[in-house]
Amino acid sequence: MEITSLTAHEILNLLRSRQISPKEVVTALSQRLEKVDPLVHAYLSHDLERALADADSADVSLPLGGLPISIKDVISVKGHPCGCASKILEGYIAPYDATVVSRLRAAGAIPFGRLNMDEFAMGSSTENSAFGPSKNPWDTTCTPGGSSGGSAAAVAADEAFAALGSDTGGSIRQPAALCGCVGLKPTYGRVSRYGLVAFASSLDQIGPLTKDVEDAALLMDCIAGLDKNDSTSLPEPVPNFSANLRKGVKGFKIGLPKEYFIEGLDPGVEKAVRTAVEHLQALGAELFEISLPHTEHALSAYYIIAPAEASANLARFDGVRYGFRASETKGLIDHYGRTREEGFGAEVKRRVILGTYVLSSGYYDAYYLRAQKVRTLIRRDFAEAFKKVDVIACPTSPTPAFRLGERTNDPLSMYLADIFTLAANMAGICGISIPCGFADQGGKQLPVGLQILGKELDESTVLQTSYAYEQSTDWHKAKPMIGNGVSRARKNHAL
Amino acid sequence: MSSTKFEVEYVAELARIKLTQEEISTFRSQLGLVLQHVERLNEVDVSNVEPMAHSFPTYNVFRGDEPREGLDRESALANAPRRAQGLFMVTKVVE
Repeated sequence: MEITSLTAHEILNLLRSRQISPKEVVTALSQRLEKVDPLVHAYLSHDLERALADADSADVSLPLGGLPISIKDVISVKGHPCGCASKILEGYIAPYDATVVSRLRAAGAIPFGRLNMDEFAMGSSTENSAFGPSKNPWDTTCTPGGSSGGSAAAVAADEAFAALGSDTGGSIRQPAALCGCVGLKPTYGRVSRYGLVAFASSLDQIGPLTKDVEDAALLMDCIAGLDKNDSTSLPEPVPNFSANLRKGVKGFKIGLPKEYFIEGLDPGVEKAVRTAVEHLQALGAELFEISLPHTEHALSAYYIIAPAEASANLARFDGVRYGFRASETKGLIDHYGRTREEGFGAEVKRRVILGTYVLSSGYYDAYYLRAQKVRTLIRRDFAEAFKKVDVIACPTSPTPAFRLGERTNDPLSMYLADIFTLAANMAGICGISIPCGFADQGGKQLPVGLQILGKELDESTVLQTSYAYEQSTDWHKAKPMIGNGVSRARKNHAL
Repeated sequence: MSSTKFEVEYVAELARIKLTQEEISTFRSQLGLVLQHVERLNEVDVSNVEPMAHSFPTYNVFRGDEPREGLDRESALANAPRRAQGLFMVTKVVE
């Protein structure tokens, strides 16, 4: 068995019992990357020497001692590039560690490599990366989803033991679903955003992408909790997520929102998700049909609020303090205009312009204020639902992975990829995507994600439900054939 | 509100982004469709609904007014596209 096909907790067991050294783990990962990444393009860069130096001093007695963890290019690691897959930040070196990174380091982990993404996390396919798209390891003619597409593809292709991503409207969960791995978006404020390059500050949240649910809990145990450097991080006690995993789902009430099983939902995705919830029922959970009446308006409200916040956040890219600066400009306005023209890609420009418009004089009330009111209604929908059920189960994405290039000329169809995920960001609640089977797409079997949403600060119940499902199925063990030699056959699960 | 009034050139100017003629026409049609879609929010009854800027009640977080270590000058300037004499160099603002 190749080292790189192991989960994080399996590797940590080998490290702790000294059957393998951190250096061997880093070396194996780097070799895997050299072999597979030319096909997948999950990484923008990685610094083997630095990782080996970190491995040298790793303390394997720590919770993540000696484990390389790969980082989305939007999270600062001191001394590493942090370019958000944008030309405007090409060459930028982060001068400090994000809180999640300093916590991972304190737990013994080794920050490894920079993962590809949609530029500034704006997109659902990684095709908006200024450095070329990542490919889906299950079918390299398809996208891995996005914006944390590099993170999901790396984990799925065994090019990462675990990764950090960020989720503003589904950017962890949707690529996890499309690549067949686990992706958790914690409650807004559960994990510090300090050192995360801001996209939409009231929606952004950092979370793990992993090979199984146990690994997601393990990472959450290390990164969650109040941080004095992020005033929106919540001063709430953090449970031990790993310790609560194995308690099962007996008596759990699971809600199925009727608005999520709609026309346009891929039949293969629907079948896999319905089979999965029946499976949870067989494990002892009770199923209830629920309603989230404002679901159809979440996308509209999101595509007002997120671009509005982005237009304000991205004003900092002015070509003065860091990043790209256009040359031979004529005066200040020309300097800003051309720096941003040449530095930003098309989708970033589109969203900044859209955001500027909905905030502009005369339109603020009609668009932005109204969207904020609809956001209140969306949050109320979830609050009502969680009076009746413990968690909500639904598809993560309406379709399996779509083809590269298929949606790039039609922003609206790309935006629809997030239709089932963005309401959780609007409401601030937590949610996960876990593998629940495969759907046929043009003759190929591509992964399907089951989304489990939980109430605010209730990641524990979400992880517990996910673990119970995962451990009684084999979907999480399925591996793409990419890079030969490590594929494990896909088995149908049996009750 | 009407997306027909959406003037890409003017808004791009507000956003300090220069656009090519081709981008202007592409964005006009693409964002026109997006605006048409989001204008469905007009169907929602939002009377007596408070707007929500944040998922949780936010409040000021205070800390003691004590000096803390920040970035030193060299690290703060390390990524600057232009610098001189330990300062960021900016484009001339006044004539």
